[in-house]
Amino acid sequence: MRIALFVTCFNDTLYPGTGKAVVTLLERLGHEVVFPAEQTCCGQMHYNTGYDRECGPLVKDFVKTFQPFDAIVVPSASCAGMIRENHVRVARTVGDRGLAEEADRLGPRVHELTELLVDVLGVEDVGAYFPHRVTYHPTCHSLRALGVGDRPLRLLRAVRGIDLVELPDAAECCGFGGTFALKNPDVSAAMGADKVARIRQTGAEVVCAADNSCLAHLGGLLSRLRTGVRTLHLAEILAATE
Amino acid sequence: MSAREEILRRLGDAPVTGYDAIPRHYLRRHHDGDVVDLFAERAADYRAQVRRIARAELPAVLGEPDGRFAVPAGLPDAWTAEVDAVRDDPPLSVADLDALDGVITGCAVAIAETGTVVLDHGPGQGRRALTLVPDFHLVVVETGQIVADVPEAIERLSPDRPLTFVSGPSATSDIELSRVEGVHGPRRLSILIVDA
Amino acid sequence: MPGHHDTAGAAMPTYVGMPAFPDAARAAVRDTQLRRNLAHATTTIRAKRVTAVGELADWAELRETGKQIKDHTIEHLGHYLRLLEEQVTARGGTVHWARDAAEANQVVTDLIKATGETEVVKVKSMATQEIGLNEALDAAGIHAYETDLAELIVQLGGDRPSHILVPAIHRNRAEIREIFRREMPGVPDDLTDDPARLAAAAREHLRERFLAAKVAVSGANFAVAETGSLVVVESEGNGRMCLTLPETLISVMGIEKVLPTWRDLEVFLQLLPRSSTAERMNPYTSVWSGATEGQTFHLVLVDNGRTATRDDEVGRQALRCIRCSACLNVCPVYQRAGGHAYGSPYPGPIGAILSPQLRGAGSPVDDSLPYASTLCGACFEACPVAIDIPEVLVHLRSRAVHGRTERAAMRFAAWTLRSPTRLAFGQRLAGTAGRVLGRRGFIGRLPGPMARWTDTRDAPVPATETFRDWWNRR
Repeated sequence: MRIALFVTCFNDTLYPGTGKAVVTLLERLGHEVVFPAEQTCCGQMHYNTGYDRECGPLVKDFVKTFQPFDAIVVPSASCAGMIRENHVRVARTVGDRGLAEEADRLGPRVHELTELLVDVLGVEDVGAYFPHRVTYHPTCHSLRALGVGDRPLRLLRAVRGIDLVELPDAAECCGFGGTFALKNPDVSAAMGADKVARIRQTGAEVVCAADNSCLAHLGGLLSRLRTGVRTLHLAEILAATE
Repeated sequence: MSAREEILRRLGDAPVTGYDAIPRHYLRRHHDGDVVDLFAERAADYRAQVRRIARAELPAVLGEPDGRFAVPAGLPDAWTAEVDAVRDDPPLSVADLDALDGVITGCAVAIAETGTVVLDHGPGQGRRALTLVPDFHLVVVETGQIVADVPEAIERLSPDRPLTFVSGPSATSDIELSRVEGVHGPRRLSILIVDA
Repeated sequence: MPGHHDTAGAAMPTYVGMPAFPDAARAAVRDTQLRRNLAHATTTIRAKRVTAVGELADWAELRETGKQIKDHTIEHLGHYLRLLEEQVTARGGTVHWARDAAEANQVVTDLIKATGETEVVKVKSMATQEIGLNEALDAAGIHAYETDLAELIVQLGGDRPSHILVPAIHRNRAEIREIFRREMPGVPDDLTDDPARLAAAAREHLRERFLAAKVAVSGANFAVAETGSLVVVESEGNGRMCLTLPETLISVMGIEKVLPTWRDLEVFLQLLPRSSTAERMNPYTSVWSGATEGQTFHLVLVDNGRTATRDDEVGRQALRCIRCSACLNVCPVYQRAGGHAYGSPYPGPIGAILSPQLRGAGSPVDDSLPYASTLCGACFEACPVAIDIPEVLVHLRSRAVHGRTERAAMRFAAWTLRSPTRLAFGQRLAGTAGRVLGRRGFIGRLPGPMARWTDTRDAPVPATETFRDWWNRR
């Protein structure tokens, strides 16, 4: 299958390893990955912060760039959620009906990574090997906006060598929340501290998730506290082999 | 412009449509079968004392607790033959009610799913203060009055009457969101279930 | 009342002057006792609510019907209010209308004055909290006795409510005992912090007051238009005391509380108790239609920003709210920041969308409320009438007044992101900065606005080779 990768601006700049892992993983599974060079950003930060007008052009660019493809993979639940749930809304707000229709048609072809693997490619055992103690944090957008359910866990359970441990109170938000982390730093840090305490309770070496944005927040806290716990995007575990 | 006119003007005057189109796919009842046992179990869950007795036993059982009990007009005399009963006729003062040990009434409807007794304050149930001020409420529920669930109860009840839904004794969750029994309403609720 | 500063007041109008949410939350986050109290109470109720809701196989269907009944009513609100007025009047009650808080307070004050009484008993009511009724009555020489246990704790403690259902949730049992010992005349010397003992002390304290009261003020959970019936849902029996014993009853309700038909109660009497106190049914629900058992009955219908809220197609769903407080109990931000930081009697997620709409934005706290959320969606999931709170939050953010610096930064970011070339240039700059500042994959403390991030957590280092550079090289 020919799959277009929307790596997201955040991963492109800060976590290129996640994008590389998606490419490695999908090619290993026998698929062709293409990277449309015109891509930039889904507009999530602008939309969630209340900048609809500034977001409109970003939606337009996204739709134009990815319209030619039948399957688009996004290694970020929050960006996938933004595209599927809110692009139509933004297009309507800025009064572009044509764009709204195009976004509406494109939406169902956009898949978060674990959705693509389980639902579209029909695979749970991706042939990965990762001999570490790992806990999984279901990010709010993967859990409640996209509803990816236990797909990530099904994929992780099939990884050879992994010691997968359950995270207590897993469904609770980590406190990142995009610009919330900057606008409400105290509450954000307090929520993060509680999440970090839960992570440490598991004794995991690695905490993984479907969103590097939440992991940047958690990783920053784990690093500041010198816990030695690493953060990794799910894709990087699924891409790992012996 | 009066407040009434201004508010109504702001709300517009569009003709009402669509009420009947509201979907109602919820259940009329959550349990089939014997609702009497369910009612007894659920009422007891909320710390009501529940007993199921034969109709013939009623006078003796009602006569068991010590003290003086308020009794509303319309409650069968035979029920309270062995009770130190004070009739609410003419109406007792609030202070008189407060000095009594309890009150005995019937009810209009009982809801099994939620363990609720509903009073419509008709004959045998008394005015609202009667079942509020005394600290012990003994209520007789006839099995025919028990419905399975909330929708069936609402259907049976009349908005033309004042209604009091009672689910267990008075309680509060105001301290640390944990339920404790016994605040301003009757601190004891005793339910006697008799066959119709 | 612009410019009015009454710091002791606990009313919506006197919340003017509250600091923005982040500043108020900062103090709350550092109050470890408060955080413990809130964490204990909210986590207790969370698990119970899940059980109570899980018991009903048709919860999703009840929720959908509840949502649609509310939407239908809000759409045809004028019709149902006229019908309610007609029915209440036909059954011997008197209906009053008030555009705003001041007008509502005046109506209630005049009604009480006409009875010649200077004391009233009150059932807990969000509407009267919202309009600041107690303070208005106080200014008119009338003392209102709060009779709900938590409201009593707040009133005796000279405090503000911090939760819709349990206004004193920020107090634990030991603190409540101290307030009772300090403020409650005749409280027993050996009063312990056992909740049952504290509840018994409140019973003693209010007993005489109830039995002697001539006038009561209540709110209403629901009002049925077709039958003119008012519904008050409660636990303690203080509601029944106030609704039943006094000669005059004045009920104050927001205009959005009306329901079309009697039958609609079968939905809401299932949704509310399970979402609120996580019970199959609350201990007491009182229903009355018009003047009852010889009482004089007045119904005061209050707008106070509701018609304006209704005019907003996205924001109007906030008017579905039945004040159950499930969204507060599941909210991770509320749990850490506490209710006071929201600067309104409506705290938590629902407060963050309701207060700015009812009051109209423009104060520091109202402008900051739509941002007092991570958009995690737990509130939407728990809401029994399916208010999409994250959707409304984002909608209100788009209408908010943004600071000049932020606006410039966001515009610059959008401009950069509109072009892959400009983005690549920005990435190279970031990569260079990262090489200078980064250590072991992280950046420590940064100056300026980024300090809001790095004060508590390290920042990730921008990659020296971006993904797109890697892809092009490949």
